[in-house]
Amino acid sequence: MSERRAGEDILRVEGLRVEVRTDRGPGPVLVDDVSFSLRRGEVIGLIGESGAGKSTIGLTALGYTRNGCFITGGRIDFEGRDIRQMSAAERRALRGPGVAYIAQSAAASFNPAMTLFEQICEIPVLHGVMAAAEAKTEAIRLFRELDLPEPEKFGNRYPHQVSGGQLQRAMAAMAMAARPDILVFDEPTTALDVTTQVEVLAAFRTLIREHRTAAIYITHDLAVVAQIADHIMVLRFGKMVEYGPAAQILAAPREDYTRRLVADRVAGHDFRALRTVGEPPLLRVSNVVASYRSLLRVIDDVSVEVSRGDTVAVVGESGSGKSTLARVIIGLLPRESGDIRFRGESLPPQLARRSKDQLRRIQMIYQMPDVALNPNQTLLEIIGRPVQFYFGRPRAEVRARVLELLRMMDLPEAFIARKPAELSGGQKQRVGIARALAAEPDLIICDEVTSALDQLVGEEILRLLKRLQDELGIAYLFITHDLGTVRRIANKVAVMLKGRLVAGGDTATVFAPPYHPYTELLLSSVPEMRRDWLDEVLARRGETLKAVRDAQIRLAS
Amino acid sequence: MRLFGHRVPLTALIGLAIIAINVVAAVGAPLIAPYDQAAVLGDAWADPTPQYVLGLDDLGRDLFSRLIYGARMSIGLAFVVTCLSFAIGIVTGFAGAVLRGWVDMLLSRIVDLLLSMPTLIFAFIVLSVLGTALPVLIVTIAILDSTKVFRLARALAMNIAALEYVEVARVRGEGLWWVIRREIFPNAVAPLVAEFGLRFSFAFLFIAALSFLGLGVQPPAADWGSMVRDYRDMINLDAMAPLYPAGAIAILTIGVNFVVDWMLAVHSRGHGEGA
Repeated sequence: MSERRAGEDILRVEGLRVEVRTDRGPGPVLVDDVSFSLRRGEVIGLIGESGAGKSTIGLTALGYTRNGCFITGGRIDFEGRDIRQMSAAERRALRGPGVAYIAQSAAASFNPAMTLFEQICEIPVLHGVMAAAEAKTEAIRLFRELDLPEPEKFGNRYPHQVSGGQLQRAMAAMAMAARPDILVFDEPTTALDVTTQVEVLAAFRTLIREHRTAAIYITHDLAVVAQIADHIMVLRFGKMVEYGPAAQILAAPREDYTRRLVADRVAGHDFRALRTVGEPPLLRVSNVVASYRSLLRVIDDVSVEVSRGDTVAVVGESGSGKSTLARVIIGLLPRESGDIRFRGESLPPQLARRSKDQLRRIQMIYQMPDVALNPNQTLLEIIGRPVQFYFGRPRAEVRARVLELLRMMDLPEAFIARKPAELSGGQKQRVGIARALAAEPDLIICDEVTSALDQLVGEEILRLLKRLQDELGIAYLFITHDLGTVRRIANKVAVMLKGRLVAGGDTATVFAPPYHPYTELLLSSVPEMRRDWLDEVLARRGETLKAVRDAQIRLAS
Repeated sequence: MRLFGHRVPLTALIGLAIIAINVVAAVGAPLIAPYDQAAVLGDAWADPTPQYVLGLDDLGRDLFSRLIYGARMSIGLAFVVTCLSFAIGIVTGFAGAVLRGWVDMLLSRIVDLLLSMPTLIFAFIVLSVLGTALPVLIVTIAILDSTKVFRLARALAMNIAALEYVEVARVRGEGLWWVIRREIFPNAVAPLVAEFGLRFSFAFLFIAALSFLGLGVQPPAADWGSMVRDYRDMINLDAMAPLYPAGAIAILTIGVNFVVDWMLAVHSRGHGEGA
């Protein structure tokens, strides 16, 4: 806040403990005995799976806890003063000019009824740091630093008038507006596409370096934090697993858990099917066109083939039409033209016109297991219903089949009476898979099935899917934006850009030079563990982007 | 105290006690009430005695017994009306939300039409044309009330129908009835139950108002609304008679609202977590 002293700890957290307290008494301990310190210009990365306590720690730096959580032990010293001893007014004065927060979803953090200028200039003016005119000049300067288009006019727009990546950067500008000493980044790039993530990450790094701001960077992605952090703390179940310089954590992790996190990103496992099948394709999508309310073509002339035992990945950024393709195949969105042949016969475009058998043979697994499972049904009902519906088996047989499926999913049989709320995210996803398998399908469409899960849990789900494919010969159509996964699981890949197919074929061919420029852009944007990765990507980026634009012009003409 | 794993605040306890007493009185009226509601026992407006604890009314009937029978009529009627209005409102609301298209359009416009007319006036017209038989009364109020239930049920079902588990059921090939009954209804129960309490007290007040105006429950059957009407002149003579049924109406309304408030709070709090 006051004079800038270099080399001194600006934030020192010691023995921090955060607990939940409900009206039923004390709840779980979210953060247990966590200590770290932060100097000016230094960035600490907090790494861990969901529930590791990363965000909770980040928020305590602002003297804040979520509803029902209480700081029950330790000190949080900001410039030598314990935040816990401050009055509510002092804490309020701290937030903004002292510590500022950047949330995962910028769209949910901005008021849609106010322009960006109004919201960004509000903070320094409110805290009496700057006058309104000065705050506006400062905002424009920040927009320029963050590489936003038309910095002078950018702030006149409303949140919905800018892209997701731009809005995320605008939130960084909002956080920086009152010139804080510490920035807390809470998964700021997780909701963005990989290509956008590169740009936003670069902007954040420049901002931190130029202002010598200290930062706490919270993420579940080690590769992201490798680009930006000086120190890394690995957390699990609210406890510190490992804490040290970033280079050491990435190159020579001491703890077993850290090693697993690092190893999965670096090497991974190859799940690809090796066999080749000579029969006609199971699913043949030819020249399909689809649009929403005939206004916007979401899918334009797309053709894909899936054979028995295949894993075909459909990749692309958000808005590329890959999920829409799944909806068209399933029949939720009727196609306008083109043909979809399944086992040799043409599938009717509308869901209602398809036969029970056609419906049964194509199943789907969803991204968010939370909303894909009815919270009021037991696993017996959820998994048993397809068995009863498609095969009309009596009760006892349905139950036996559900137990068999649970065993296949490596879930305990006792779960049969449980409801989804009593399961973890990974277990819920297994139930989603079991429900799909209960219909005994030929093809399962997997829509971003691992992206809502933690890294190691997602890895287990992929392993399970692979095992099921080996045992049952099911084909997968894998919709994903995670190219790292695609490389390892898919034997064929289709790359989509703005509703069109730009590249397709065997994974080995598509993902090897000479690339289509867009494939190259996507591939190069997947964060790698190396600390100099971001610099390398940025150096080559201008060229790649130009090639993509040229390719797009060619496609359109 | 705890109920279904939730802590029950004092107001809700009071509300529950009020409802319990009223329900017992309503159900057990013939057993509890010392005299029949229509029996003439003595002089009009006889003062309270140990025999007739609240005294006698304008026709010499026992006030206390009439109050108990009144609970039976008022609460019973309101309960039947609310159940019927929920049955109509939920079925139409869910169907509109799931089917969309012209079905939804038609139902919504009918509801708009009904809502655009003042309910009391509308009830007046229907009841004066069709007469004041109990079934007519029940159906009229239930239909008028179901418009509000329709709005809520439709909004709830719209939200739920957009979730993926409903999509899963549709893609599986399930019919409309299954989707409504098994996928949507169980997930909309909590807010609907809370609304039930609220609508119950409105129906109760509405019936009391109609009875007061002479279009509701007909003599000699006792109900609180018509009792207030019949005894209202006595307020000028410094008698307590009209205050007993009026007080009963007020207390039960407050009691139901206490419980509803608590249920809404529990519902919005998720599963008892949080501050």
